[in-house]
Amino acid sequence: MYVLWRILVKELLQLRNDRRMIPVMIVGPLMQLLALGFAANTDVQHLPMLLVDLDRTAASRKLVDAFLGSGYFDLVGVEATQSAIEPWLVAGRAEVALVIERGYGADLAAERTTHVQIIADGTNSNSAVVGLGYANRIVAAQGSELLERRLDRLPETQRPGTTDLRPRVWYNPDLKSRWFYVPAITALTLMLLTLILPSMAVVREREIGTLEQISVTPIRPWQLILGKLLPFGLIGLVNVCLVTAAARVVFGVPFRGSFALLLLLTLPFLVAMLGLGLFASTLVSTQQQAMMTSIFLLMVPMIYLSGLIFPIENMPHAIQLATYAIPLRYYNHVIRGLYLKASGLDVLWREGLILTGFGVLNLAVASLRFRKSLD
Amino acid sequence: MRRILAVALKELRQAARDPLSLAMLLGVPAMMLLLYGYALNFDVKHIALAVQDEDRTAASRTLADGFFTSGYFDRVRDVPAGTDLARLTELREASAVLVIPRGYGRELAGGRASEVQLVLDGTDALTATTLLGYAQAIVAELDGRRLRRTLVRLGGREAAAIESRPRVWYNPELQSTQFLVPGLIGFILMLTAVISTALSVVREKERGTMEQLRVTELRTAQLIVGKVLPYLGISLLATAVILLTARVLFGVAVRGSYLALFAATLLYLVGALSFGLLVSSFSDSQAMAFQVGAVSSMLPAIFLSGFIFPIRGMPHLLQYLTYAVPTRHYLIVLRGVVLKGTDLTPYGRPMLYLALYAAVVLALASVRLARREG
Repeated sequence: MYVLWRILVKELLQLRNDRRMIPVMIVGPLMQLLALGFAANTDVQHLPMLLVDLDRTAASRKLVDAFLGSGYFDLVGVEATQSAIEPWLVAGRAEVALVIERGYGADLAAERTTHVQIIADGTNSNSAVVGLGYANRIVAAQGSELLERRLDRLPETQRPGTTDLRPRVWYNPDLKSRWFYVPAITALTLMLLTLILPSMAVVREREIGTLEQISVTPIRPWQLILGKLLPFGLIGLVNVCLVTAAARVVFGVPFRGSFALLLLLTLPFLVAMLGLGLFASTLVSTQQQAMMTSIFLLMVPMIYLSGLIFPIENMPHAIQLATYAIPLRYYNHVIRGLYLKASGLDVLWREGLILTGFGVLNLAVASLRFRKSLD
Repeated sequence: MRRILAVALKELRQAARDPLSLAMLLGVPAMMLLLYGYALNFDVKHIALAVQDEDRTAASRTLADGFFTSGYFDRVRDVPAGTDLARLTELREASAVLVIPRGYGRELAGGRASEVQLVLDGTDALTATTLLGYAQAIVAELDGRRLRRTLVRLGGREAAAIESRPRVWYNPELQSTQFLVPGLIGFILMLTAVISTALSVVREKERGTMEQLRVTELRTAQLIVGKVLPYLGISLLATAVILLTARVLFGVAVRGSYLALFAATLLYLVGALSFGLLVSSFSDSQAMAFQVGAVSSMLPAIFLSGFIFPIRGMPHLLQYLTYAVPTRHYLIVLRGVVLKGTDLTPYGRPMLYLALYAAVVLALASVRLARREG
C-alpha cells in the first residue's frame, strides 16, 4: 500500500512539474464544453430564404408572411426572375428559395388548384429535409383554408372527420438538440483524459528508459499499473463533476437522474478506458505511435460508432453489430438515461454489468501484456 | 535550397523508418472515410414505432397502416392498453408510440375531429423533429384522401388545393452521405496534417537533436520548409486516395474544377501543417503537443466547421470564432466544388481566409521557432 502511495505521489509530482499539463487537463475540457455546447445545435431555424414573387397579389403576400412569421425562415433577398436564384444558392447566401408564379392569387380567388415552388439547397441534407417539411406544412395550412370554404358549403352530416395528431414529446419537449449533444461532452472529455494520456505516460517512461529502472526495483507490476492509472482516473472523475455542473448552469440541460449513479457507472467505464489505453501502450514503442493508435484506432471510431452523435439505428447492419463491442455505446446509454430520462438502476443495470465486464477484461488483458513487456 | 532538401530528405527517411506511422498517415484517411462514410448518416428511416390501438376499428387500422406503408416506420410492437409507455422508451424498445384511443373510428365517421396521440422520445431532437414531420405528413395525407373521396361521392368538383412543389438542387435524393463525406474529408485531412508535424519538433527537442540543428547553418525558414514539404506531399497523396474512395464507394464525384480543388486543398494543408509546427513549438513534451494538437484541431474541425452543425445555429460570438477555423472555409469550397460543380469564382472570400490563416500561422510558427534558436 505504501509503495502504491509513493508511485501515486511521484505521478502527481511529475504532473505538477509539467506545469503546462494541469491547465491543459482541466481548462482544456472546460473550454471544449463551452465552445462545443454552444456549437452543437442542429435545430433548423432561421433558414436564409430568397423570395421570387412573380404574382405580387395580396394572396402571395399572405403566403410570404406565413413563411416569415413561422420563425423557420429569414428573408435574405428578393429577386425578380427565377434565373437569379442560382448564384444565391451556390454561394450559400440562401438555402431555400420560394417561387410564387404569376396567377397564384387569381387561381386562389377562382378556387382553382395552384402551386408554389420551393427550391432547397440539398447540400446540408438535414436542414433541407426539416426545412422542406416546415415549408410543406405552411403551404398546406394555406391550402386548408380553401378546403374549409368548400366544406362550409357541405351539409353538416356529410362532412368527413379529421385526425387531430397530438404529439407528446417526452424528455425534451421543446426538441432542443443541445439537450442531446451537451451530455455527450462528458464522454468526450473523459476519453481524452483516460484513453490517451496514460498510454502516452507509459510509453514516455519506456522511451526515456525509466521503465527499465523501475522494473529492477521491488515495485510490483500491479502497483506500478495502479499508480500510473489512478491519477488519470481521479482527474477524469473531477471532470465529470465539472462538466455536469456546467451543462446545468451554462446550458440549462437538466440532470434528472441520480448523480451518485452517474459516478458509480462512470467508474467501470473509466477502468475500461484506462485498460484499453494501457493495452495500446504495450503495442507501440514511441509516443507518436501511441498517439496515432489511440486516436485513429480507438478514439475516433468510438466517437463516431457509439451513437454519441450519429444514431446507431441508421447504420448498416454489419456495423451495428460491431458497435456492441464499443464500451462507449453503453456509457452513452447511461449518460442519456441519467440526464434526461431519470432512469434508475432498474433500467441501467445491464449497462452497468456490461461496462464492468469490459473494465475487468480490458484491465486484465492489458496488465498481462504489460507485465510481459516489462520482462 | 540544398539545405531545405536535406532537411526534407531527413524527415522522409525518419518517416520511412517508422513504417507504422507512415502507413497510418497514408492508409488511415481512406480507411476512415470507408468506415464512416458507410456508417454515418442522419437519414431517418426504420423508426421503431409501437402501436397502442384501443379502438380496433377499420379506421384505426388504416391509420396505423398509413404509418408503416410510408417506409419510415417499423412496427416493433403492439402494446395493450395500460402499458407503461415510459418504460418502453427508457429501454429504447420503441422511439415512438402511436396511441389511438377508443372511439377514434366513431368520431371520424361522425365527421368530427378525432384525437390520436404520438408519444415520442425527444432525446435525439434531430431524429424526433424529422420523425414528427413524417407523422404529420402521413396524417394529413390520409385526411386529404378521405375528404377527396367524400367530395367525389357527392358529385362535386375536385377541391382546389395549393400544391407545394419542392425541388432539391445538388443533392436531389437528400442523402446525408453527400453532405457528410466532404465534411469527413476536411476533418481527416486536418487531423492527419496537424498530427504529422505536431510531434516532429518536440521530438527533436526531447531527444536533444534540436540543439544540434541549432549549431548548423540551417536557417529557421529552411528548417520549416524542409519539415513541412515531405508531409505536404504525403497529405496530398492521402487526399488523392480519399477522393478516389469517395468517388468509387459513395458516388461523391467531383463535379467542378479539379484545379480549384487542388488550390483549396494546398492552402488548407499548408495551414494545417503549419499549425502542427506552431503547437509543436509551444510544447515541452510529446504528450503536451498531442493534447494541445488534438483539442485545438480535431474538435473545432468536428464542431465549429459546419461539418455536422450548421454555423447559422450558433450564438453570434461563436459564429465569429468559426472564421478562425480553417475547416470552415475549406468545407465551403469543397462542398461547392464537389457538389455544386463550380470553380473558385463564387468562393473568393473563403479562399482568402484560407490563405490568411496559412500565412498567419506560418508566420507565428516561424517567430516561435526562431526565438528558440536565439
